[in-house]
Amino acid sequence: MTTFFDEPIEFTLQEGVGAPVWLGTVPDGEALEAFAVSVHKNDGRIAAIWGSDERLRGNGFRLVVVFGFESGHLQVSLDLPADKPVYPDLSGIFATANRMQRATRDMVGIASVGGDQRPWLRHGAWPADWYPLRHDAGEGQSWPNEPSDYAFLQVGGEGAHEIPVGPIHAGIIEPGHFRFSVIGERVLRLEQRLGYQHKGVEKRFIGLALDGGARLVGRISGDSTCAYAWAYASAIEAACDVEPTGRALGLRALVLERERVANHLGDLGMLGNDAAFSFGLSQFFRLKEDWVELSGRLFGHRFMMDRIVPGGVSQDLDADGLAAITEQCIVIEKEVRALKRIYDEHAGLQDRFLTTGPIGPELVRELSLTGMAARASGVMLDGRAWRQDYTPPPPYAGLGVRPAVDERGDVAARVEVRFLEVFESLRLMQKLAASLPGGPVRLEVPPKPDAQGLGVIEGWRGEVVVGVALDGRGKLARVHPHDPSWQIWPALEHAVLRDIVPDFPLINKSFNLSYTGVDL
Amino acid sequence: MIPLLKRIIRTGIISRKLPAILADVPAAQAPQAGEHERLQDEILNILGRALTIREVDAGSCNGCELEVHALNNPYYNLEGRGIKFVASPRHADMLLVTGPVTRNMENALKVAYDCTPDPKLVVAVGDCGGGCGEVGPMFAENYASCGKVSNVIPVDVFVPGCPPTPAALMQGILAAIKGSKG
Repeated sequence: MTTFFDEPIEFTLQEGVGAPVWLGTVPDGEALEAFAVSVHKNDGRIAAIWGSDERLRGNGFRLVVVFGFESGHLQVSLDLPADKPVYPDLSGIFATANRMQRATRDMVGIASVGGDQRPWLRHGAWPADWYPLRHDAGEGQSWPNEPSDYAFLQVGGEGAHEIPVGPIHAGIIEPGHFRFSVIGERVLRLEQRLGYQHKGVEKRFIGLALDGGARLVGRISGDSTCAYAWAYASAIEAACDVEPTGRALGLRALVLERERVANHLGDLGMLGNDAAFSFGLSQFFRLKEDWVELSGRLFGHRFMMDRIVPGGVSQDLDADGLAAITEQCIVIEKEVRALKRIYDEHAGLQDRFLTTGPIGPELVRELSLTGMAARASGVMLDGRAWRQDYTPPPPYAGLGVRPAVDERGDVAARVEVRFLEVFESLRLMQKLAASLPGGPVRLEVPPKPDAQGLGVIEGWRGEVVVGVALDGRGKLARVHPHDPSWQIWPALEHAVLRDIVPDFPLINKSFNLSYTGVDL
Repeated sequence: MIPLLKRIIRTGIISRKLPAILADVPAAQAPQAGEHERLQDEILNILGRALTIREVDAGSCNGCELEVHALNNPYYNLEGRGIKFVASPRHADMLLVTGPVTRNMENALKVAYDCTPDPKLVVAVGDCGGGCGEVGPMFAENYASCGKVSNVIPVDVFVPGCPPTPAALMQGILAAIKGSKG
């Protein structure tokens, strides 16, 4: 039993080899609010919020809040009475709790007292008093689809007008709605409305066996399939007391780093293209194709979906495969270094990148950002790297990950961090390939009834968090996958404020956030 | 500038020939022997001008989008073959639709379809867009999802896969053109 920040809440450390997570329970909403204030005071952040219906187990509803802090993550549960499932609004303490709270209300019918009460995921396809994740919600109902109006905050004054964009955007990207308030070309305000990708994923998890859940979790955000699969596997393994072998963990890190490099290569190309430098797109997409083709050849899937599974990995690599990875790392590094020199020295490109879409370190803390977005604003937060009072989970603890940090906070910084992370991942992969221990790659995972677990993985965007709870038969009772984009989307609303409308695509791409990951 | 030009020259032209690309399509979807060359001719015959595509993500996991993007890389070089992605459905000959159609996107997809001038083609992409394979049923109709694309708008060709490879996508686009011609 441990306590944190002098708050009277007892935590126990979750067993297993995953990232450090402590689990605790608060007696009431007041205690939750007080704890949230303490976390905020101690430079902590909010990492996820979800709710569950526990009435079948003789309880009411449960609200789960995950906080991140210097040494890892704290999962705090609050039981709420069935007849009045409400809790204090946390968005005054952590601004990015806003959308998470609204989604929790739309899904489970647990509401914050005060704060923004507009619906988030519910656009009008189902009634306001029907909650999909309640056990008595039933299956297969359907209502007339009546898209509702949404109360955007309006900007007045002479010359102010609105530009509505989406849900279908101009490029090959996911749907979402952006409402710009502008004067001339200057952006006064951006308000996002998401939820268009909501396909009922959390409801689909309920009742699945562990392997079915693994397949579904790998399709929450296709570009982060390995990060989700690992976070889910890590949560399941913590719940069911299974420790994957060193070889399995090494292979997981290999595929996760491959995913990171694939995404950074693609985005570096796109960033060039959005600044009218199509040479960058052609060159980086050439390298990305080489990269994913080797993934396809070695793992049987270009994005390595379904390769990380509870208990380990579904596919081993032989010596030839490891050699091919090492060889490709050397080739790609040389190519990317040459392209970096061209990017760095291209005046037109740097003119678009520098000082565009800035975010300061204070905003990073206020909005609880993680991942690349935080590191590009000078906040050294990387779940793979050692820091004071934090030990990264294996195999990263033994790799000595050097996190990429840039203090400028603009598009140029996010470009720089992506370059540095590509180089670091290439180094890590070579180290992993050279030191992969022997042994089996997959262990049996016997489902443990009524167990729960939390998995945290540093994906290419940031922290991917997956919470799981099993039912009495060992099937999935509740799975909540949480994308880092939840916290970074609101940061984008801030990042555009000093720039003009045509800078938006570039700023947006520098983050490249997931829509489907937050819409679920 | 000089390093940039050097790099362009050193990279050279790396676009693959169409038969080589289509040879990679999984056997079940692949055209029959000898058809590759015929397809290459046919594209020129059929297109002559250009085909424009409006891609609509109606609820995918963004996996299919990664492969649609890959179609524009220099290896597949879709644009070099006269097939181009456009920003507005009003400029499009074809809608390429991914994902199970979410109920929150149902209306937008129908509007995009109505905005696309006749004659138009629709290609549904991915196991969830076609409701097939292991993944399709996982994203079947529920309170938030209309299921496969053909539940919402008429579909000419369906490209299976999770996600389908760029080669399979190309094959699907060509099949839709061919079908419309025949």
